[in-house]
Amino acid sequence: MKNKQNKALGNILSSVLAIVGGLLFGLIVLLVTNPKEAFSGFMAILGGGINYGIDNIGLILNYATPIIMTGLSVGFAFKTGLFNIGAAGQFTVGAFVAIYIGVKWTFLPFGLHCLVAIIFACLAGALWGLVPGFLKAVANVNEVISSILMNYIGMHLVNMLIKSAGVYDSLRNQSKPVAQTANLPKMGLDKLVPGANINSGILIALIFVIIMYIIIEKTTFGYELKACGMNKNASKYAGINENRSIILSMVIAGGLAGIGGALYYLSGTGRYMQVLDIIAQQGFDGISVALLGISNPIGIFFAGIFIAHITNGGLYLQLFGFVPEVIQMIIASIIYFGAFALLVKGLLTNMKKRKAAKMEQQQSVSTKTNEEGAK
Amino acid sequence: MEYIIEMKNITKKFGDFKANDNITLQLRKGEIHALLGENGAGKSTLMSILFGLYQPEEGTISIKGKEVKINNPNDANELGIGMVHQHFKLVHNFTVLESIVLGRETVKNGVLKMDDARKKIMELSDKYKFKIEPDAYISDITVGMQQRVEILKMLYCDNDILIFDEPTAVLTPQEIDELMKIMKLLVSEGKSIIFITHKLKEIKAVADRCSVLRKGKYIGTVDVATTSKEEMSEMMVGRKVNFIVEKGEQKLGDVALELKNFTMKSKHTGKNVVNDVSFKVRKGEIVCIAGIDGNGQSELVYGITGLEHITSGQVILNGKDITKESIRKRCLDGMAHIPEDRHKHGLVLDYTLQENLVLQTYYKDEFQKNGFIKFDAVKKYAQKLIKQFDIRSSQGETSIARGMSGGNQQKAIIARELDRNPELVIAVQPVRGLDVGAIEYIHKQLVAQRDAGKAVLLVSLELDEVMNVSDRILVMYEGEIVADVNPKDITVQELGLYMAGTKRSVTDEK
Repeated sequence: MKNKQNKALGNILSSVLAIVGGLLFGLIVLLVTNPKEAFSGFMAILGGGINYGIDNIGLILNYATPIIMTGLSVGFAFKTGLFNIGAAGQFTVGAFVAIYIGVKWTFLPFGLHCLVAIIFACLAGALWGLVPGFLKAVANVNEVISSILMNYIGMHLVNMLIKSAGVYDSLRNQSKPVAQTANLPKMGLDKLVPGANINSGILIALIFVIIMYIIIEKTTFGYELKACGMNKNASKYAGINENRSIILSMVIAGGLAGIGGALYYLSGTGRYMQVLDIIAQQGFDGISVALLGISNPIGIFFAGIFIAHITNGGLYLQLFGFVPEVIQMIIASIIYFGAFALLVKGLLTNMKKRKAAKMEQQQSVSTKTNEEGAK
Repeated sequence: MEYIIEMKNITKKFGDFKANDNITLQLRKGEIHALLGENGAGKSTLMSILFGLYQPEEGTISIKGKEVKINNPNDANELGIGMVHQHFKLVHNFTVLESIVLGRETVKNGVLKMDDARKKIMELSDKYKFKIEPDAYISDITVGMQQRVEILKMLYCDNDILIFDEPTAVLTPQEIDELMKIMKLLVSEGKSIIFITHKLKEIKAVADRCSVLRKGKYIGTVDVATTSKEEMSEMMVGRKVNFIVEKGEQKLGDVALELKNFTMKSKHTGKNVVNDVSFKVRKGEIVCIAGIDGNGQSELVYGITGLEHITSGQVILNGKDITKESIRKRCLDGMAHIPEDRHKHGLVLDYTLQENLVLQTYYKDEFQKNGFIKFDAVKKYAQKLIKQFDIRSSQGETSIARGMSGGNQQKAIIARELDRNPELVIAVQPVRGLDVGAIEYIHKQLVAQRDAGKAVLLVSLELDEVMNVSDRILVMYEGEIVADVNPKDITVQELGLYMAGTKRSVTDEK
């Protein structure tokens, strides 16, 4: 058990160090582009906007919710040794299904309406995960390639369906607003912080964090998936159905990303799906979140909130005359450094080993001198 | 007495683990000094200290009577210490000559001057009868020749203290004989050799004295001429070792495994790698598949265990046709498999020992409830197996499998497979890369299975193992069984003829 705790501590430390490295790099970029305002700008990023208004907490959590879900999606697939770069497509189809149900199925009462939307979004995402999972299991098609293709199929299909399925606001070139009944309940969360628009989405994400943690760490299913991820041959030898594991892993990953799409567009904060030829950013953010969180569900939760925090803070950089491109660059560099968390982890373990060896050396020397003194 | 190397009271710790605990090694000038110990006894650590790769916590090193500090391999080199590593460190697309001078090139105005080097190397080669071809590429010469290149490299930089780290592991019997001759010649020329090994036969053949390590501790140094193999192995293992596998009276039972016209096609060539093989293994016998590596033995086992599909034929376990069954079903039917490659198939290296010990049983009610793993039960079970099979690791059941020694990894696999109480045990080269103690242990376990009325199918490339352990030998050559013999009725030489395909006693039975 002690082993496990040490490992967890090491993971947290390495992620934190990666973040610090990224932030310092961001500071350098700020210093180079506008030295006078660099520190004020840096504080804006660190503050996440909360220093400009407490209601920013709502914005941060709303941004964090979907990327936690896509982060869980990518991280879960990682555990089985799969790289789910298709979280974006799964997110998009999930989002569309949630919006469609949100707009059309008004016969459902409040509460149930959003629940049904989430469930169907989950199924849609799962379907988008199933295709690459199935191809990988049956024909050994590389899941990275097939899920990138699924991203494009999802994006174009959704763009087409928004227009043809009766949820299109042609004036604004975006989806129609969902019915009030389809929005996620606020459950009093909006009253916690004055002015902040918080809804239960973040709680739902947290529930999934806990569920995924339990599945991965405590169940035979998680044991099988991890075994497949770590050594395919040994799990085959042990009689674990590897194909089933691959397919299920991708289906679950897809479902998680799909729910992310639903939570994002049902948050009741005036979000609409725009008909653009752009792959959903949340899918790629999910990769950063999973890397920064070292694929651990709990790590992913905090990584998601952190990335949402600095992204939101970055918006306030404009106050100090930084062009938006710089903001993007800084955010990207922090995320980029975040991705080095694993590298940092390796460095840390090495350092610790050396330190332990040194300590013991000193100890043995001191006990030796003590002994000699006693003599 | 003047020693050329004296390592005194060396202690080296890794964390809480003492890899070397107060070890003393004294090398005389002009002797071959064997360093004997099981895997993990601390031989490599001690040599790494001598070579400057590690710094000891305690102890001193003296070379030619002068105390020295060796901080890195360059220091060691300057003191005249050279090492032939177990895995050669050669550049494959270099010529022999280039490989030898690598790092010590003689240069004139920035242009390589090889003439002097070539002259010196050819002189050395002639002196020690190495018969090297200086312009041959490393990739084109045999492993034995590559080893000579490594030795020449040490001689080329005038090292007079030579360390051979398990040099015979990669050689054929003939090459081993030649190496022994070279080693003797080297010491007669005034070089001193430290010879790391766990093969007693070789120590007896060349070494003058032998220092024995066990579990990081120094056991003693003996004169090889006056010490028997049994005494040395006892020093190494810490107890008496039986070289002959003791077996009880054979009680043959029913047929456990039967193959009928078993055929497998290669995915790459489309040829039959296993061609129309039929045989039976009965309860209470150890049947050994002998043969030179690559004659279809691996595929045969993949087919029987279900890792690969067979092209045609039947596999029958205890009277039940299991040709189409899943691996898990075969496992439940009483098949245990000790795989050829323990890292590829046998273990999930990044899982802990306890997780590996339930690799095929984690889903049984004993270890799970409603899909949740019962960690307490897994832990208890692992502790039981660790005790019963004497699996050693730094952190007990929570050790990561990757960090365990090869012998203990293999013990873990054997514990897992045998504790399931199987009807048929398939063991593929179960002692590969293991030391005497572990080999004896594993053979004992296999014989115990046979004596308990289980069927054992052993695939082995080592003739000693084939002759000692088995009750019946099937020789495989080019995917076919060419002999079915009793080890008592056959000589090793005859077996060699079958394995080489020049003799054949089993023709088509049908």
